[in-house]
Formats: sequence, structure tokens, C-alpha cells
Amino acid sequence: MISLAGRDILHAWGKFLFTGIGLGLLIGVTLTMAGVYRGMVDDGKALLDNSGADLWIVQKNTLGPYAEASSVHDDLYRSIRITPGVAMAANVTYLTMQVRKGDSDVRAMVVGITPGQVGTPGWPPYLVSGRPISRSHYEAVADIASGFRIGDLIRIRRHEYNVVGLTRRMVSSSGDPMIFIPLKDAQQAQFLKDNEAILQGRRRTAGNPAFNRPAVPGLLDSVIASQSGNPYVNAVLVTVRPGFAAEDVAASIRRWQRVTAYTRTQMEGILVGKLIATSARQIGMFLVILAVVSAAIVAFIIYSLTMDKIREIAVLKLIGTRNRTIAAMIMQQALVLGVIGFVVGKITATFAAPIFPKYVLLIPLDSIAGFLAVLAICMLASVVAIRMALKVDPAEAIG
Amino acid sequence: MDKRGIRIEGLSKRYGEGATAVHALKDVNLHVDAGEVVGLIGPSGSGKSTLLKCLGAVIDPTAGRMILGDEVTYDNGWKVRDLRALRRDKIGFVFQAPYLIPFLDATDNVALLPMLAGMPNAAARAKAHELLTALDVQHRAQAMPAELSGGEQQRVSIARGLVNQPPVILADEPTAPLDSARAMAVVRILNDMARKYATAIIVVTHDEKIIPTFKRIYHIREGVTHEEAGEGRAIDHGAST
Ligand SMILES: Nc1ncnc2c1ncn2[C@@H]1O[C@H](COP(=O)(O)OP(=O)(O)OP(=O)(O)O)[C@@H](O)[C@H]1O
Ligand SMILES: [Mg+2]
Repeated sequence: MISLAGRDILHAWGKFLFTGIGLGLLIGVTLTMAGVYRGMVDDGKALLDNSGADLWIVQKNTLGPYAEASSVHDDLYRSIRITPGVAMAANVTYLTMQVRKGDSDVRAMVVGITPGQVGTPGWPPYLVSGRPISRSHYEAVADIASGFRIGDLIRIRRHEYNVVGLTRRMVSSSGDPMIFIPLKDAQQAQFLKDNEAILQGRRRTAGNPAFNRPAVPGLLDSVIASQSGNPYVNAVLVTVRPGFAAEDVAASIRRWQRVTAYTRTQMEGILVGKLIATSARQIGMFLVILAVVSAAIVAFIIYSLTMDKIREIAVLKLIGTRNRTIAAMIMQQALVLGVIGFVVGKITATFAAPIFPKYVLLIPLDSIAGFLAVLAICMLASVVAIRMALKVDPAEAIG
Repeated sequence: MDKRGIRIEGLSKRYGEGATAVHALKDVNLHVDAGEVVGLIGPSGSGKSTLLKCLGAVIDPTAGRMILGDEVTYDNGWKVRDLRALRRDKIGFVFQAPYLIPFLDATDNVALLPMLAGMPNAAARAKAHELLTALDVQHRAQAMPAELSGGEQQRVSIARGLVNQPPVILADEPTAPLDSARAMAVVRILNDMARKYATAIIVVTHDEKIIPTFKRIYHIREGVTHEEAGEGRAIDHGAST
């Protein structure tokens, strides 16, 4: 027996190819959408991996430091460092902001890290060029995606920072490139006011009789000093000694320090389950819509291809072709359309992914799932056409 | 009478029920022997197509008896179980328009029938080629239907009707779109094939050109058949399509 579907496709190959390409572009968009979601998850994981931490110590009852605001005192790390099982503890601040780059600005996540100690949690694990921050002020290490080069000046608030090193794939959970600066500068940058506001603030304090007592010299200066300093950081990053379970160490920190401690697994749960959950649902909706649209397109095309063949189908039935053979012919055509569409879609997605501003991660599992979904959709879509073909009366072939 | 051929006794067919019912066939009696070509003529709406559909096992008669070859296919409400296989194995169809499958070449259009019956592709194609040769279109065997002339398409379609060597061929106005010479050629082919393969052939026609060639003719008027002797005029063997 010859393949009726195959012959028909060869005969009308142009129609199939063009329809397949159209469908393919749609599938390409679908695969890319899935890639965008995977990219977001991967950005989140990269953020956690690159921080080098086993535990995140944040303000009690917050989901900080990435999903919610968190602030802990910057001397907390000292008492955490002496908790059994803790190898290293380091302060870190995160601040997503626009930083100036010449005449334009870039969105970046400014990370404040303790200077001078490579391997400390919070530090970029490797540099693609340059050197780590070695001075405690006005040096920066930038992610290559920010567009900065070594020797560039980054303007963050009122200060300029000299780019001394570059990293790669150091991004925030929303894909913004990271810029590392010394902790003290970062703490200041979080609350830095302009000179006018500082003067205003001082004048207000000086005008308050409770702080400006003639009998207590030095009180006003101490109050002003405490107001203008920022003794807070967003989190303390902790590495755990070998042989200790992260969860046990986290439990003892929670018990003694009135803070919340998250392990790597919990942190990943927060990032993926909470921070990007809405975006994931958004993308999920898109995938559903695209699937429905693809199904409608395949259904419509297979339906009209079958409509064009009603007479031939009546003749095929009259000369004794089984319904099964006719149904198989239509379904095979739908599947071939799906396969062409998938191949075109996969190629499109592969070439389009690097063009996207944020990370698009195409994983084989998604492709396989996508392929199976396409086949399922095509089979489903051919049902309408098959039902119509089976209803064709062989008597129609006779006058 | 030969054991093969067609016998129809007291066949009737009613479309619909009650007041709107149409008695398309009332009392049809006819027989066509193996190797014989018989004409079926009648005015429009007289029931010709309905009769072919009953014979072709695509609609059920209301009453009567039909025998195709050596098999009773319908007897007052009883009918053969596998009508699809009956159509495939016992009946060849030739239509007014050739209705070739546009995505199969001439050979495969003909070979499709034996393939559907389970014959291996090579054997089916060999058989198709034999028929195409008999109908003198073997030189167009690889052509797609769209590349064939109307007469060539009709011959391929006749080859398709004959390829399973069915005991019965039902032809519905097979010459309508053809000019006189080609129409005569088709009739000649049908006569040759009837003789060569001992096939019983019914040709429904309005075509004045070919009516004189039948030895026997059934007239159908308002669903009732009347047998007449035809002229049985010799067919000009020089005619070709
Ligand atoms: N499916 C149907 N339902 C109801 N009535 C029908 C149906 N098919 C045919 N008829 C009626 O049965 C009668 C016979 O129709 P049929 O098609 O057999 O005529 P015919 O001899 O083939 O005519 P023509 O030469 O115009 O093709 C007509 O009155 C027609 O209206
Ligand atoms: Mg008719």
C-alpha cells in the first residue's frame, strides 16, 4: 500500500511547507517563551550560586534580601561568625538602581561586598578580566552585560567608581547585571542624600532643644553623626564548615540571633516560588494562548485541505477505501505539518534566543515536551477534519 | 443465462417517509449477462442514478432482490455485511467526470484498488500497467491527472474501474464530456473489456451518439424499467481518443 498522506504532501508540498513555516514561527515564539521562563529561573539560581553562600541571614520574618526588603545591623556578622559550624560570614547589601554610564544610564544591581577578601561569600566567584576590588572605596567590579569596560567610571549617586574587574553572568533575579562596590560605599549609597538635604537635616536637629542642650557639649555632634551613618546591611551571607548540615546551622542561628536564616533550598523556593511566580503564571498564560492558537490554525488548515478533497474522499470510499485509511491520511498530514512546524520553530527559537535582552534558556526537556505537545495538538486538530471526512457519503461520487 | 452478470428483480427505492416520500424506483427488473454492455436511458429524475447507487451498494433499496455475479447482495431488507469489500471486489465504477485522485499518477490511480485489496505494490502496478496498455494510455503512465487530456483521464478512470476485474461495471454517463469520436472510442473500450474480462456493464447515458451501439437498452420512466432491443450498430474501430 502506498502512503496517501505522503503522496498528497509531495503533490502539494508548497502548501504544506508554507503552512508549516507559519506554524513554525508560532511554535518558535512558544519555545522562546518557555526559554524566557527557564532563563528567569536560571538567573535566580545563578544569583544564589554566584553569591557563594550556604545560608542567608535576613531580618526576622522577612523573605529578604531578594524578594523583600531586609535590614540587619552590620555588626551581626560578628556573632554569627562564632556560631558552631559557620566557616565565614560576610555582610552584603543589594540595591537595584540606575547607574550613570557617561551620558546614559543602565539598570543594575549594586552589590556591596567586604573589600579585599577573595572567596568571601558575596564575592563574584571569578573574573573574566581585571582584578578584584582591593581598596575600600571607589572601586567597582561590573558584569560584562552592563556594558562597562575596565577603566570606565561608574557614577553611583554622588560618587564615581573606577571599574577594575569584569564578571560574566552575574545577574539579579530579574536579569539586571550586577555591579560590586565596597560595602561601606554601598551602605552610604543606600541612604545618601544631596548636600542641601544634609544641611537641612542638620539644621533641623540643631533646632531641636532635646538634642542641642547647652549643658551637654558634644551631644549634637553625636546625634548628627548617628543620623548620617548607616549601620545596616541587607543580609549576612554564611558559608558552612564541611561536616555540618546547613539546616542545623541555620536552626541554631535562628534560635540565638532573632533573625531569619534561609538555606540554599529555601532561598531557591523563595526566588522561584514567590519572586518570579507571577511572571511564570504570565508566561504560562501565553503558552496556553499560543497552544490554542496553534491548534486552531492546524485545525483550520487541515480542515480546508480536507474540504478541497471531499470529492476524492467520496471516490476513495466508493472504491472501497477503509475509513481507517482515510482518517490515517488526514492525521498523518496534520502530524507532518506539526513536525515541519516544530523543526522551523526550534531553529527560530535557537537563533532568536541570543537576541533577547534577558537570558533565554532553551532546555532539551522543554523541546521534547513541546514536540509531544505539538503532536498532540495536531492530532486533536485533525479530529474535526476526520469527522467531516468520515461523514462524506460515497454516494456523492455518483451523479 | 450465465451465472455471472447482474440480475435485479422487483427493486424499489423510496426516499423519505410519509407525505414527502419520493418513490424513485418502483419496479425495476433487469439483467445483464457477463460480457454484455447494456444501456440505461431515461429522462431526468427517472431514477437512473438511484438505480446505480443501489447496485453500487452505497444506498439501500426499499424492497426487491439484487444479484451481482454469483452473490445475492440484497434480498428484501437483507444485505451483504461488508458493503465496502463488495464495492472494492465486485464493482467497478466509471463516472461522467474521471474523478482521479489528483496526487497519484495514472499508474497509482489504477493500482490503488488492488493495493486496497491487499495486493503488493509491485504486483498492483504491473496489473495497472496491463490495463493502461489495454486502454492505450501506457505512454502516460507516470503522468499526474492534471497533466492528462480529458480523454486520457477518462481512459485511466475506466482502467481503474476494470483493474480488480469486477464482474460488474457501473458507468454513469461516461461519454458526456467527450466529443463524438472519443465517445465512440470509450464505448468500444467498454465493449472490448466486457468481452475480454467477461464483465457485465451498465452504461447510464443521455448521449444520442452512443445509444445506437447497444444491443439491449433499458428505458426507465418514473421508476419502472422497460426492456427494448437496441440497434447494436457496429462501432467504428478507427475511432480513438
Ligand atoms: N437523496 C434523495 N432524497 C430524496 N429524493 C431523491 C434523492 N435522490 C434522488 N431523489 C429523487 O429521486 C428521483 C430520481 O432521482 P435520480 O437522481 O435517480 O434521477 P436521474 O434519473 O439520475 O436524473 P438525472 O438524469 O437528472 O441525473 C428524483 O425525483 C429525485 O428528486
Ligand atoms: Mg443522475
